[in-house]
Amino acid sequence: MLDYLVSIILTAGIYAIFALGLNLQWGYAGLLNFGHVAFMAIGAYVTVLLSMNGIPIFLAVLAGMILAGAAGASLGVATLRLREDYLAIVTIGFSEILRFVLLNWSSLTRGSFGLFGYPRPFQDLVGIRDYNLFLAGLVIAVLLMVYALLEALARSPWGRVLKSIRDDEAVAVSLGKNAFSYKVQAIALGSAIAALSGSLLAFYLQYINPNNFQPVETFYAWIMVILGGSGNNRGTILGALLLWGFFSTTRFMEGYLSFSPSASSAARMILIGLILIGLMMFRPQGLLGRKEELSIGR
Amino acid sequence: MADEMLSVNSVRKSFGGISALDGCSLRVEEGAIVGLIGPNGAGKSTLFDVISGFVQPDAGCILFSGREILGMPAYKIARLGLVRTFQIPRSLMRMTVLENMMLGAQGQAGERIHLSLLRRGRVMAQEKDIQEKAEEILQFFDLLRMRDEYAGSLSGGQKKMLEMARALMADPRLLLLDEPFAGVNPALADRLIERIRILKERGLSMVIIEHAIPYVLALSDRLYVLNKGAVLASGHPQEVISDRRVFEAYLGEGDNAQP
Repeated sequence: MLDYLVSIILTAGIYAIFALGLNLQWGYAGLLNFGHVAFMAIGAYVTVLLSMNGIPIFLAVLAGMILAGAAGASLGVATLRLREDYLAIVTIGFSEILRFVLLNWSSLTRGSFGLFGYPRPFQDLVGIRDYNLFLAGLVIAVLLMVYALLEALARSPWGRVLKSIRDDEAVAVSLGKNAFSYKVQAIALGSAIAALSGSLLAFYLQYINPNNFQPVETFYAWIMVILGGSGNNRGTILGALLLWGFFSTTRFMEGYLSFSPSASSAARMILIGLILIGLMMFRPQGLLGRKEELSIGR
Repeated sequence: MADEMLSVNSVRKSFGGISALDGCSLRVEEGAIVGLIGPNGAGKSTLFDVISGFVQPDAGCILFSGREILGMPAYKIARLGLVRTFQIPRSLMRMTVLENMMLGAQGQAGERIHLSLLRRGRVMAQEKDIQEKAEEILQFFDLLRMRDEYAGSLSGGQKKMLEMARALMADPRLLLLDEPFAGVNPALADRLIERIRILKERGLSMVIIEHAIPYVLALSDRLYVLNKGAVLASGHPQEVISDRRVFEAYLGEGDNAQP
């Protein structure tokens, strides 16, 4: 039972970090990133590949974050001068292209066989038996650090400029703010945070494969952000906990159904979908969102 | 001339074959209020868009304090002290009135991501100063009691006031006001005229687009009439307004028409 609880904390925590990166982009800057999973994949693969080649593990994590941030910034520079929906198309395309490159660049990534047997932080010190418990602690610590960083930024004048761009970019520009630069910064930082979650995911899974990074992962992050209330960091974390809570508790339900395994896992997704629809009907602003913000017309 | 704040020369702009500005020229002297009137579609708002860098013109030359600003990104023009407002008030709806105001301040260290994290003390001190200034200006516009409301919940007239108040946070030297009186009730409008006069006394130059002629006449030192993208008449407001051509531009030509 403890193992099970630890595994929920690990997945929910890792996905909360992942979704916090998206919340910075969507909730604060209003940027439509539909390829967020790509940056998680960059984090996981860069960390694993570098550490397998003898690079110290923390440097490898940092390298993944920097590379993901740079990739995000480049996509932003290329598309943000166009209409905002172009970013959505380009990012979802990027995430699929990246997945296929990872699948087919076998000499580097071993393709769909995936990578395993790579080092994990402090694995010799902690030992294999308690490793997940240790990693859960590490994930919670990283989550709290990311949360504190994002909250400090959200309350700073920098965050104020981001919110103004989300509400009406022309106003920000008319008051001397370089909106383009802020949007690129938000994409880069959000992508680096996604990469960090990717490194942690790799440590947890002990095995990574390009198909861990399907487009649906991006939309899990979207659900977490919207469920909790866009632009609310605590809401995003709560959204991650809830979504993973649903995934885990409905798993027990499968035992009581006399469906075939594939039908009962589909039934589970239907149930989760219904719960989400219900929640959005009763609290359209998200669990911790502010109702006033929805009722304000433009 | 050294005391010239803004000089717009022969600006042209067409949108897909339709000419919005057709050789438009305009001057604003330092400390002056210039009125800009003209029938709908005359190009007034397009002229504001071009001056403030939101729209790039096809030809022409724009000098602000003797410096060429044509082709400069809009945010840089605003930083030079040339700030515009919008015809339809653009409040940042999901931010409070105070947040709207504080956004307007220039040279904020905390707007740079590394300084906002690493120089907390300096940023906090600056925030305090900015907030005091914002509250002072809100007081000036009778908006102080709305300080913590969402800007989206203000009335139309209040949004107009907030728009102007927020622009003042940027310490402009030249303010472009696009229909500041639209949607403002007559009692409030008299107060607004007073306020604009006070701002002028403090040395602020302004260009005001306005359809309500009495307000324009009450405020302007110089009046420009725009028609079909070009200046039809300019000069002393009372003389310009009694010009027959101006009358015709608004109401169409007619033999028996009397101004």
